[in-house]
Amino acid sequence: MKTATKMKTIGDTVPNWDVDPVLSVEHLTMRFGGLVAVGDLSFNVGRGDITALIGPNGAGKTTVFNCVTGFYKPTEGRIVMRHGPGRQDDAVQAVTASGLKWKSAAEGGVFLLERMPDHEISHKAKVARTFQNIRLFGGMTALENLLVAQHNPLMVASGFSLGGILGLPHYKKAQSAAIDKAVYWLERTHLVDRADDPAADLPYGAQRRLEIARAMCIGPQLLCLDEPAAGLNPRESAELNELLKYIRDEHNVSVLLIEHDMGVVMEISDHVVVLDYGVKISDGPADAVKTDPKVIAAYLGVDDEAEIDVPEIRRDVAKVVAAAEAEKPAARRSAAKARKPAAKAGKAAAKTAGAAKADTATAMKLVGQTKSAKAPAKSSASKAKPAAKPKAAAKARSVAKTEPAAKAASPATSSATAAAKAKPATPAAAKPAPGKKTAPAKPAASEIKIANAGDYPGKQPHGTKKPRTGGGNNLTRIKGIGPANEKKLNALGIWHFDQIAAWTKAEIDWVGAYLSFPGRIEREQWVKQAKVLARGGETEFSKRVDKGDVPTSVPGRRGAAPARKPASKGGKA
Amino acid sequence: MAASDTNKPVVAQRGDPNSMYESVKDAAMAALLAGVLGFFFIGIRTDIAPGGLDLKMRWGAWIVAILVVFAGRLLLNLFVYKTRTPVTRSLSSGLPGSENTLAQVGKWLKWGLLAFAVVLPFFFTIFFPSRDRQFIDLAILIMTYIMLGWGLNIVVGLAGLLDLGYVAFYAVGAYSFALMAQYFDFGFWLALPLAGLLAACWGLILGFPVLRLRGDYLAIVTLAFGEIIRVVLLNWYEFTNGPDGISGIPKPTFFGLELKRGEGGFADFFGIAYDPIQRFIFLYYIIFILALITNFVTMRLRRLPIGRAWEALREDEIACRSLGINTRNTKLTAFAIGAMFGGFAGSFFATRQGFISPESFTFLESAIILAIVVLGGLGSQIGVVIAAVVMIGGIEMLRNLGFLQQVFGSGFDPAQYRMLIFGLAMVLIMVWKPRGLISTREPSAVLKERKRIGADMVAQGEGH
Repeated sequence: MKTATKMKTIGDTVPNWDVDPVLSVEHLTMRFGGLVAVGDLSFNVGRGDITALIGPNGAGKTTVFNCVTGFYKPTEGRIVMRHGPGRQDDAVQAVTASGLKWKSAAEGGVFLLERMPDHEISHKAKVARTFQNIRLFGGMTALENLLVAQHNPLMVASGFSLGGILGLPHYKKAQSAAIDKAVYWLERTHLVDRADDPAADLPYGAQRRLEIARAMCIGPQLLCLDEPAAGLNPRESAELNELLKYIRDEHNVSVLLIEHDMGVVMEISDHVVVLDYGVKISDGPADAVKTDPKVIAAYLGVDDEAEIDVPEIRRDVAKVVAAAEAEKPAARRSAAKARKPAAKAGKAAAKTAGAAKADTATAMKLVGQTKSAKAPAKSSASKAKPAAKPKAAAKARSVAKTEPAAKAASPATSSATAAAKAKPATPAAAKPAPGKKTAPAKPAASEIKIANAGDYPGKQPHGTKKPRTGGGNNLTRIKGIGPANEKKLNALGIWHFDQIAAWTKAEIDWVGAYLSFPGRIEREQWVKQAKVLARGGETEFSKRVDKGDVPTSVPGRRGAAPARKPASKGGKA
Repeated sequence: MAASDTNKPVVAQRGDPNSMYESVKDAAMAALLAGVLGFFFIGIRTDIAPGGLDLKMRWGAWIVAILVVFAGRLLLNLFVYKTRTPVTRSLSSGLPGSENTLAQVGKWLKWGLLAFAVVLPFFFTIFFPSRDRQFIDLAILIMTYIMLGWGLNIVVGLAGLLDLGYVAFYAVGAYSFALMAQYFDFGFWLALPLAGLLAACWGLILGFPVLRLRGDYLAIVTLAFGEIIRVVLLNWYEFTNGPDGISGIPKPTFFGLELKRGEGGFADFFGIAYDPIQRFIFLYYIIFILALITNFVTMRLRRLPIGRAWEALREDEIACRSLGINTRNTKLTAFAIGAMFGGFAGSFFATRQGFISPESFTFLESAIILAIVVLGGLGSQIGVVIAAVVMIGGIEMLRNLGFLQQVFGSGFDPAQYRMLIFGLAMVLIMVWKPRGLISTREPSAVLKERKRIGADMVAQGEGH
């Protein structure tokens, strides 16, 4: 099978889409007023590949489609469509510099789609598309729909209507050839029996197929499909897969598709590009993308209450915890008792977490399809979380042992309310008791080393192993940071508002990438909020947190506000 | 209807015990209203008397009006408004025939009408020798409107662009010929293509600014363009002679032969006796052939890619763009070709009248042409013919209802009621056939079986 061989080459060499891209999207940015729908996006679509563009709702997938097909003019960036093999870098440079829209030679051509109007993109660059909400010509028959798609060649054949009006034989020949082509695609899509029915009369699945047939009648080199499987039943969906493979293999048409149905995506895609908030978060063969923690995070959401069990972060957190605990061997013994039951609960919960993660494809599909489906996935993850990290309980050494342990164990009973109760307890417990902290006067600034820090763009922010005297701030008072993220930030050595307030652009990028939600820090203005809070001020959100109105944050103001004694929860406990 | 009269009240009463009481009450209210309003409009009549106006009470007419309203409202209540099986429903399903039978009728009607149109002048000269001139003149008028309807049908029916200013192209065509004749001594046959070309250019000029407009905005801007042309013609006195109009527009010639009395005329050349009716017959055949050309071109265009692109544009403009159709050019061709036929018709109008002034090109003309297209059914060629015959011919025929004077007395003038009857007919057609007389669409290409497409499937385009 073609796919199989392709997968092999991906392993050791440069993938097909970089060697022989039919379409290159380079630094594409699309702004609507102040909203950045797509930010600096670059990806390639390989010739003869089926490339899937996936991402949660509102990720900017359709915006990318509209830019590629000319319905939007991109704010910045270049979109190159290539006919003929290879990257043709010289030709691309030449056309870009010349100010032309395209240049075609005998064996190929280069088309700068961002310079071309929509109808030329279809006509000259041979990019066909379908629409998310089907756009057929409802009052025209299926056959007529396919003939409209062959408008441009027929227009030439009819001598721009003059020959056609006079009834010249040349046009008649062209017309019957066009009907033959239409019939071919009607047969391919099992619609030939309904050729003379109006398109609006066809059932939904048939309309979807007819739209693909219509796009194919253009004779495209690249077929862009916007959610072709939406609303199809499993059998129709399987037929669609076969059709797309047929189009790719027999007609050498590259396919770029947006799809939420992960069954379709994973089965037929040679290459998957994942978008979230207009930024590419993953790019590679389907198998690689499926296991990418960032993708899982984007789909299941790293909303603060729903932390995903990301192995690397867990590893980092464990390291920090280990380091912290090494400093207090005395405290350990007392904690040991509490740890045992907690560890047990942790195992049980870890299983649930594992189960939640095991079939990512299924979970992604669920989430992608319905928002409501997100809830169960989230709640299972959140239930699993407190227990999955035994260190949470382990840190509760100076705290009444039995209570957090019992709470940590409660998720095993899989009661949602119990989990909710456990949540506020966890950060409190996780917080190092200030009393203990102050006693061993450690050097305040020590860099936290993250093993693969270089994997993320930007620069790791300065972190301290310990919070300063008085304990860390309650970071959950920043909108966008919940207990889960607070813990991850603590693991990075971020304990105080002023640390966040001092982040540079590079550091924000790094943290965003590390926490698997690039762009979110800017969007939620963590730095701005942190600046206010570091001064001892209040934001709208922090007021609500303190009132206890925000379920995903922990009320109370921990940590050193400069003047007064911190009302630390940890200390109270 | 008579058969249903006997059992309908029973059904109505069974359905709702109060329906009779309610109906009478409602009818009484309507009658009261009619009495109050009618007292001034019908009950009092002012006559010119020697010392000023004289008020005359017409109690009889007033009471008759009240009774008519009461009875009419009562019948409507019983059979339409307050019954479970309204008469209109069975009437609409049974009487005018279903869509398919009408289409079948239309098919035969088409050839029948064509055959009749070919022999029409001789039919009238043989069977109505005393009134042939009037009838042929009317046929010319109807044929002009058919041609205008077919021209507008390209823009409104096929491309789905509502154009309320179509009369502008009619005016451009007429004035082009008139001015060319006045300043350059052009004959009809030379001026005809030029007038069409000029009108097409105006179609393009009008088309450009409205390319991006949709819906109501498109309608308003085209309406304004129609008025602008008329107002310019009215006020540019040095060039167009303003409200005085242009007279002495030459008549068309038959291959250089004028249709005139005496030496060198048509009758003289062929050695037949001169008869003024010959000129009318000649004019009739000119407009008949022009209309046939319009029809032929439109039918051909529908089967060509450009025609399919027009219809696709009406269905979904965005999908058109995704299929590589240049929507700007496609819309402009629709405007230009529609305008060209309007220009031809205008040119013919000028030569027929011999005199034109801006008064002939008011908005009412646009409205009548649009009404013909809409009543006939958007996109339907035969529908336009029927609607034009009914609307233009029907109104004129109402002048011939002299026999009604025997019923209502010699003071009754049926011609005065023709607009009322015409309006009533329009309302009825819109109730029964909201998408026009022939609302089904015939596909432009067929694989196996020709199926007509129901009106509910077909989009109406912009501005409807």
